Parts: sequence; structure tokens; C-alpha cells
Amino acid sequence: MPYECVVCVKQVPDTANITAEAMKEDGTVNRAALPAIFNPEDLNALEMALEIRDRYGGRITAISMGPPKAAEVLRECLYRGADRVILLTDRRAAASDTLATSYILSQAIRTIGRYDIVLCGRQAIDGDTAQVGPQLAEKLGLPQITYLEALLGIENGRIRVRRNTGHGWEVLESPLPVLVTVMGTANQPRPRSAKRLMRFKRAKSRSELLAELKAQNPQASEAELQPALQARMQQLEDQGLLIEEWDLERIGADLSRCGATGSPTKVWRVQSIVLSRKVYKQYPPTEEGVRELVHELIMDRILG
Amino acid sequence: MIPVNRQGEVWVFAEQEDGQLQEVALELCGKARQLADQLAVPVGAVLVGDQVAGLADRLIAHGADHVYLVEDPRLAQYQTLPYARAVCQLIEKYHPQIVLYGATPLGRDLAPRIASYLRAGMTADCTDLRIEDVLEARTQQLHPKLLLQVRPAFGGNIIATIVNYDGWPQMATVREGVMPLLPPDTNRRGQILRQQVELDETLFVVRLLERHSEPRKVNLKGARIIVAGGAGVGSKENFRLIYELAGVVGGAVGASRAAVDSGFIGKEHQIGQTGTTVRPALYIACGISGAVQHRAGMEESAKIVAINIDPEAPIFSIAHYGIVGDLKQVIPMMIKAIRQRR
Repeated sequence: MPYECVVCVKQVPDTANITAEAMKEDGTVNRAALPAIFNPEDLNALEMALEIRDRYGGRITAISMGPPKAAEVLRECLYRGADRVILLTDRRAAASDTLATSYILSQAIRTIGRYDIVLCGRQAIDGDTAQVGPQLAEKLGLPQITYLEALLGIENGRIRVRRNTGHGWEVLESPLPVLVTVMGTANQPRPRSAKRLMRFKRAKSRSELLAELKAQNPQASEAELQPALQARMQQLEDQGLLIEEWDLERIGADLSRCGATGSPTKVWRVQSIVLSRKVYKQYPPTEEGVRELVHELIMDRILG
Repeated sequence: MIPVNRQGEVWVFAEQEDGQLQEVALELCGKARQLADQLAVPVGAVLVGDQVAGLADRLIAHGADHVYLVEDPRLAQYQTLPYARAVCQLIEKYHPQIVLYGATPLGRDLAPRIASYLRAGMTADCTDLRIEDVLEARTQQLHPKLLLQVRPAFGGNIIATIVNYDGWPQMATVREGVMPLLPPDTNRRGQILRQQVELDETLFVVRLLERHSEPRKVNLKGARIIVAGGAGVGSKENFRLIYELAGVVGGAVGASRAAVDSGFIGKEHQIGQTGTTVRPALYIACGISGAVQHRAGMEESAKIVAINIDPEAPIFSIAHYGIVGDLKQVIPMMIKAIRQRR
């Protein structure tokens, strides 16, 4: 029996690999210099959806909430096998905390309509909160299974999975529809398909098409570009290459629950971590150097 | 959300499994006690399970004034939906101003579900909690005695202080080991308040079929010496070197998240923001670059030795002794040097 999967993906700054180039003079991180990447565990969520489709059939819709640039991760979803991709982009959604984000995603998923399994990565590497998955499940009124390690099977409208409990594991069975959050250890995401890459590298969103037209016609106003934009969008849609863009009206969102207004948590203060160079006692990586270090530790009564 | 209630208690979710309290619950009782004293309100502990009343005394000894006890045979094992419903009902009944949870896998599963239902604020993985008056910049309104929720963010490159003006209760998860475990005071007196909650059958749709718990084999918190490996160790095989060095110095084996995520070693060895926080007499960091998340879990160590091939690695900024070199060569030299001294 085929299943409808919805995968939530996020484009994040690559906080794990901060290079010297991404550091400012004062020792803080220059966020603009960090490459934007596909949140790693969201790739595992997508892979799990692909496995479900391989085994049982069905369709995969990937959605991402973010600025127009986040169309990049949706193209990546297309390369890897997603059937449909939707970008939720709206300035009024900026500054949303996890509660507002999960509300907006829930409205989008309701707009999609049918879903049997909603998949999220366990957490995103920019905030590391792991909150949006459980909050989204609550908003959709679905049971949740977090920290999913393995899909054991789906039978008679029930899914059986193994989840990590931090100090062991448990096997759970839930009725569908359900929301799961997938751990990085759950699977090895397959690479892009070369054939799909050739086909979908031309996939574009409305914002990207508009930016292209603006670049080609720098003098034209946005209104003047509308007919050309509509024509291009229609053309891509006919070819199955349009990355859908939805705003808050499209998903019937209550604006008071979105963005900063809909976010009970406020960032009150932010301090950058400044790495000051402190003097430490350096030993050369030689037999002699190591012996001196060991001697020092023994003299300090730490070793021995 | 519940109304802003400045007379509300400070609550701790008292996580237990199989009738054993998680240590983080007791750590949080101590922190809650401190916050509650500043606010001049009582501390409440929410204890959910089956036949767990016997745990109340320890919660009281660690700082709770009231233990809100929910017992039901169906709650013997943790399940998200009924546990969340039980806690939500108590929060809606008593209007606590602060609710703290351990940032354990269970706490991180439960707390956001509760926050979403209540439409309340929730901050994950706090490393510090304080009470302060806060002036809201936009409205120039002064919010007296708010909970400051301090956490690393953006991959640990910034420290953010989060506040919640009116989406109450103010809720946060706190990592294990971050708040000190205060000695129990068995003379403290508290009250057990047995609670009736309504849990209809639809909350039990997820069935637990099998469960396997591994006892915690690694005692990182109690170790005097820790030898820890990071991504720079390179492979699971190379991690043998870390074990060997730990064996020679009589220490425990730790790891950075990068090493755990790469599958070199189990998660129970992880030190840092999402792992264990340690304060050993000696910490030997091998092939660990020293991201802030990792440093947050070990920088209180009395002496830190860093071995890293990259002279620019941030770990050197907190190290007392350093060797810039390949750990695959340096560690065997160290093992040899230590053995020769004996």
C-alpha cells in the first residue's frame, strides 16, 4: 500500500566547519561567510522517506521554510528523488521561534492535505533544539516518535520503528498518520541521481525567476516584468520544474501566530564567543618533548 | 499559555525510569530551590509514573516543597502523549511560573510537546538560568524577576540569553551535569500532593513492544583523568589508541560529538553540550578541535592537555599544555614515556 510522506527540510549555516576565513578580526564568527548547507539529519529524514517509497510506493513532498535562497535545498531534494517540493517563504515568518515555526509548518502540511508520515531530522545544527518535530506533531494532532533509528515495517496502517532512548532502544508501534524525527545514524543517505540532476537543475522558484528577469532587464519595474514572469512560471510548471512558493496567505496562517509576534521566546542578548589566544606550554611532538610533558604532569602530582 | 503569575511556583519535571530518578531531576531541584528563593515562592516537583511515591522523599531532600504525584498503572513506562497530557493538566491547574526539564532524550521529547499544547515558550539545552529584571526594548516595559535562559546557539559560536515575557510558563530544558548536585538535606519537610488527571484511551495509541536499556558503563563524571578523542582520531580502529592511553593513566575514555557522530565510539562517551559535563583533574584532548559545545563540557577541568595537528585549533586556547602533532605518533610516545616512569 502506498504512503504519502512529507519531509521537512531546513537550510542551515555550516556551523560544524567554521574555517579561519569565517572568523572576523575580533575573533567572532562572520555568519555571512559560512556556507549554507542541507541540515545533515534532514537528509536522513529524506532518505527514510525514499526507503518507504521504495518498499511500499507512494509520494514524497519536501517542504522548507526559509528565505528564497532555501530553494537550493529543495532542488537537492529533487535530485535525490522527491516528487514535489514547496518553499514556504514570507518576510512575516522571519524571527519565528520553534513554536511559530511549527505552527507555520503545520498550516502548510494541512494545506498539502493528505499525509501518512511526516518526517523531520532529529535537530538542526544551527539551533540544536530538536523542538520543531514534537511541536509540529502536537499542532497536527499526531503521535510522535523521536530519535528514530530504524524503520522496521508498515502494516495494516501501523508503523513499527526502533528509537534510541539515549541509553538503549525501544520498539514502538504507532497508527498512521504519525510524525517521526530521524537520527543521523538511521541510514546512509543515497547520493543524487545523475539523471535527476540533469533534469532538475533547471527547476526554479518564482523568486529565482524574478531575480533572473530583473538581472536581464535592470530598467524594468516589477510590474512590467509580471507578464514575462507568469509565462516563465507556466512554462516550468508544464515541465514539472517549478519549485512552488507559498506565503502565509496561501496556507491560511493566523498572522498573530507567526514571526516575532507569534514567538513567546525572545532573544534578549547575544554574546559572541571570542577565542582569545591564551599562552599554553607547548612541547614538540618528539620522544623528548613528550617525555618532558609527562615529567611535568608527574611533578604536578596529576599523573603517577 | 497560562496567565503571567508571579506568585507561581518553580517546577521541576522529576524524570524517572523503572522507579529510578534521573540524577538531572535532583540537580534541577537544587537549581529550582535557588531560583524559587529569589522569587520567594515554593518549589514543586512533578512526579509521573506507577508506584513512584517512594521517590518523593529524595525530591524533597533536594529542594522540593511540594511533590505533585500522578500515579497510574498505564504510566509505568514513559509515553509521550499521556505524560504530556498529565503535565499539561497540572500546569493549567496550578499556573507555575517556571517549569524545568532535564535535556535528556525523554525531556527533549516531552517538553516541546507540552510547550506546543500550552503555546508557551520553551528553550532547549540551557547552560545557565538566572532571575533578573528585564527591560523590554520595544515597549520599554519593565518585567520584574524574569527567568534568563542562557544557552549556546549557532553551533556554539554565540551565547544567547532568551527571555519569555508573557508566553508562560517560562520553560527550559537543562543538560545533565550542568547544575551541581547539591547534598540532600533529609531534615527538609515537604508535602506530597496526589493528583487526579484524566487520561483517555486515545492517548495510548502508541504501543511499546520491546525495550532494551544498557546500564551506563562509563562513569565520566566520577573520573579523575579523562582521555578524549575527536574527529582527528580518524577511525574506530585508531580509537584503540585513546583506550590504551586511558588504560595507562588510569582514566576514563571520552569523546567529542564529532567522534560519536562519525561512529568511532558510543554516545555514552560524549562530552560537551549534548553529552556529559566533566571536571576531572586532567583532561587529555586528542584530535579534538575544541568547538564551543565541547569546551562547555570540559573547560572546568583542572589541567588540560591538547594534542592536535592543527596549531590553530581552538582547543589550544583553553589548554595548559599542548603538543602540535599527529596523535597517531604522539600517543604511542606518551604511552611509552609513562610506562618508563614506572
